[in-house]
Amino acid sequence: MPSPFIIDRSSVTQVMAWVLAALLPGIAVYVWAFGPGILVTLALATVTALAAEAAMLKARGYPAKPFLTDLSAIVTAWLLALSLPSLAPWWLIVTGTLFAIVVAKHLYGGLGQNIFNPAMVGYAVLIVSFPVQMTQWAGPLELTATPLTLAQSASVIFGGEVPKATLDAVTMATPLDSLRTGLLQQHTVDEIMTQPIFGHYGGIGFEWLAAAFLLGGLLLWALRIIGWQVPLAFLAGIWLTAGFLHFFDPGRFGAPWFHLFAPSVMLGAFFIATDPVSGATTPRGKLIFGFGAGFLTIVIRTWGGYPDGVAFAILLMNLCVPLIDQYTQPRIYGGAKNTKAPPA
Amino acid sequence: MSRELFKFKGGVHPPEHKAESNARPVRAAPLPKKLVIPLRQHIGSPAKPLVSVGDRVLKGQMIGEADGTISAAVHASSSGIVTAVDLQPVPHVSGLPDLCISIETDGRDEWMEHGPLDYRALAPADLRIRLRDLGLAGLGGAVFPSAVKLDPGATQHCPTLIINGGECEPWITCDDVLMRSRADEILQGVAIMRHLLGSTEILVGIEDNKPEAVAAMQAAAARMDFAVEIVVVPARYPGGGAKQMIQVLTGREVPSGKLSTDIGIQVFNVGTAYALARAVHHGEPLISRLVTVTGHVLRPQNFEVLIGTPMHVLIALAGERDGTTGVLMGGPMMGMPMPNLDVPVVKATNCILVQSAELFPPLPKALPCIRCTRCADACPAELQPQELFRFAKAGDFGRAQEYHLFDCIECGCCSYVCPSHIPLVDFYRYAKSEIWTREKDKRAADLARERHEFRQFRQEREKKEKAEKLAAKAQAARAQAALDQTQRAELAAAPAAGAAAPSEADAKKALIAAALARAQAKKAGAAPKNTDHLSPGTQREIEEIEARRAKIRELARQPLEPDEKP
Repeated sequence: MPSPFIIDRSSVTQVMAWVLAALLPGIAVYVWAFGPGILVTLALATVTALAAEAAMLKARGYPAKPFLTDLSAIVTAWLLALSLPSLAPWWLIVTGTLFAIVVAKHLYGGLGQNIFNPAMVGYAVLIVSFPVQMTQWAGPLELTATPLTLAQSASVIFGGEVPKATLDAVTMATPLDSLRTGLLQQHTVDEIMTQPIFGHYGGIGFEWLAAAFLLGGLLLWALRIIGWQVPLAFLAGIWLTAGFLHFFDPGRFGAPWFHLFAPSVMLGAFFIATDPVSGATTPRGKLIFGFGAGFLTIVIRTWGGYPDGVAFAILLMNLCVPLIDQYTQPRIYGGAKNTKAPPA
Repeated sequence: MSRELFKFKGGVHPPEHKAESNARPVRAAPLPKKLVIPLRQHIGSPAKPLVSVGDRVLKGQMIGEADGTISAAVHASSSGIVTAVDLQPVPHVSGLPDLCISIETDGRDEWMEHGPLDYRALAPADLRIRLRDLGLAGLGGAVFPSAVKLDPGATQHCPTLIINGGECEPWITCDDVLMRSRADEILQGVAIMRHLLGSTEILVGIEDNKPEAVAAMQAAAARMDFAVEIVVVPARYPGGGAKQMIQVLTGREVPSGKLSTDIGIQVFNVGTAYALARAVHHGEPLISRLVTVTGHVLRPQNFEVLIGTPMHVLIALAGERDGTTGVLMGGPMMGMPMPNLDVPVVKATNCILVQSAELFPPLPKALPCIRCTRCADACPAELQPQELFRFAKAGDFGRAQEYHLFDCIECGCCSYVCPSHIPLVDFYRYAKSEIWTREKDKRAADLARERHEFRQFRQEREKKEKAEKLAAKAQAARAQAALDQTQRAELAAAPAAGAAAPSEADAKKALIAAALARAQAKKAGAAPKNTDHLSPGTQREIEEIEARRAKIRELARQPLEPDEKP
């Protein structure tokens, strides 16, 4: 066994465990602001992900234990669950998770080999295939007269008998949905923002959730689990693009703060775009990757067919990673000023 | 000291483990019964043995002479009888045995005649030859022959001389205790270096985890008649690497593929400076050094050890313990495992680190790379280790080279921080050795191709010349016939004969050349045989020839190089 003979204490499991821990404030706020339904979604996604991971490892002839305990499947499950509407039906959660683990992760070669973020692939498949079911968002408790209990939420998710009136009373369009619908109906941004769903910066409840994800993300940064480049560039991409559009026509384009304080943006910036496997690796590349994802998010939100664009923006930037990495190779110690790896 | 310090990128801070061994005073290791002195203890050509079995040698006597410029002599570390000149296990990464001189010591430790050199009176070139013959080589780990590094050359000036007291590897404390106990002699050595290099700025870099060493060196510096600046640098591995030390002290980088002397800086280890002082002021060749024996032993400490002392002697002195799982030479970051403990202490041996399962638990199994780039953050050469790993693993050595594989200093920081526990440095070593092998194969193939092409060319030429000769003969015959017929023999025959004569001479030359080539080919064909069970003398001769050949190949290859690059 050659040198070095000592290693640092860090491990993949530790990295993933910290990512999960950093999601806890967000989950806590989620429950507080939207009710306990998300816990059912998280549990179902986790069980599905672990089962799919175990089955795929077995099918591919890999040992199950080291890969199941690396916690990466659970991270994927949680990120997908937190992106889905909190009252989405069970088969939607299972389909998305299976697609993420089986296709986006294992069919690409497993841990470390996937070129796309698995959770975002799962999300994209669902929103393209089941757009209606992907709108079953629980509204903020502040605006709900009779919120669902945990058992009722589980019942909704597992397709139990729930009166349609009850469901209509608790589901609600998200702020981004409302903005999009309003703009399509030729309302101005200011008119739309008077709807009850909108809060100080983002939506009621949604802005707190975004803040909780931001807090978790800052924890990951403070622990050096993630670097500052991707989140900062991502947020800057959102803010500058949205700000630019808003500056020229505030009536037709949402304010930059509104765009920034969506939970999907904070989750995307700190937890999804920072996925090392599918992201850029060089310092400059990370800036380009993050900024590009932020820019594309606003472009898709504004002109695309979907109310939110974080998932597609990140997937599109995942595609660009080999190119970005190749053309942003940093100068090495003692190297010439502009060393660029020659084209392949 | 208010010197502005700079930072090198990357690096790690593993547990230091210095306190275990640096508290006890230096102890002289006893004279062993048998010394095994390898002829290759430095970078460059191995020394040529000067003694044979049965010879009596004195302490300090040269037993192997320097072979060429980049080489250094080796000496008997004590008096005794030469018992063998043969292949013995040595501490080397290859794990292969190497030519060594074994001496059975007589216990008298009888010195040969030796005395100080007046280095100021000697011409620099002569002084350097004396230093080479005193066996001086860098004691920081690379063991580059010191005399070569002390030659400022015609064009290179070394205004800055850096003395490296960094000692950044965990566990090792031999430089620390050397600076604590022998600061004056270290600086006497520095004075000689300064004399040879003409340096005007002298900096001694010491990591801040060695306050006693800093104090001792500062006190000694105050007693010197020239300016030496003792600079305390932050302890961070690999801050004791020459390139990193230069960067921290001067803010300058050694350009990729160049030497520090190209930017006017030369770096020596403190131990080398001490050995130089002993050599010049006492005439003592490099026959002993300080060695840290630490880790899983009862009394971790530093010993003054004769070169050639078997390692097990030192481990026994420090107190062997149950549960030893292995022994490293060097530190845990860059050290190498010892195949057995009969291997001798050599000039490069700074530390003998005894392992146990508690101190060095087996490394966990590797997981796939998740491209987290912690390795890139830790890399002091500022490379992208995750990409190098990808290319090395895929066997894409060309791209690995494009991504600056050969700028890797194998410090181990990437492997240390990797959360997937991938032995990254192994992959780089593998890729480097593959590239070297392929280049060697390519060189051999090029040579064979050249030979083959020349042979074809020669055969073609012979054929052509034969045909010409025949044609000339036929022409001559025809001319003769024509002459007979026309009765104008003298006038017509003269030019024909004149034309035939030179071509005949050419053919003769070609025949000689062909014979020579045949003889050479025969010789070349025969060479690979009979390489087993050679006497050391023959082995040496073969090595000399190989070295000469390599040089010729090197020369022959040079003009080709620019074309080879894409």
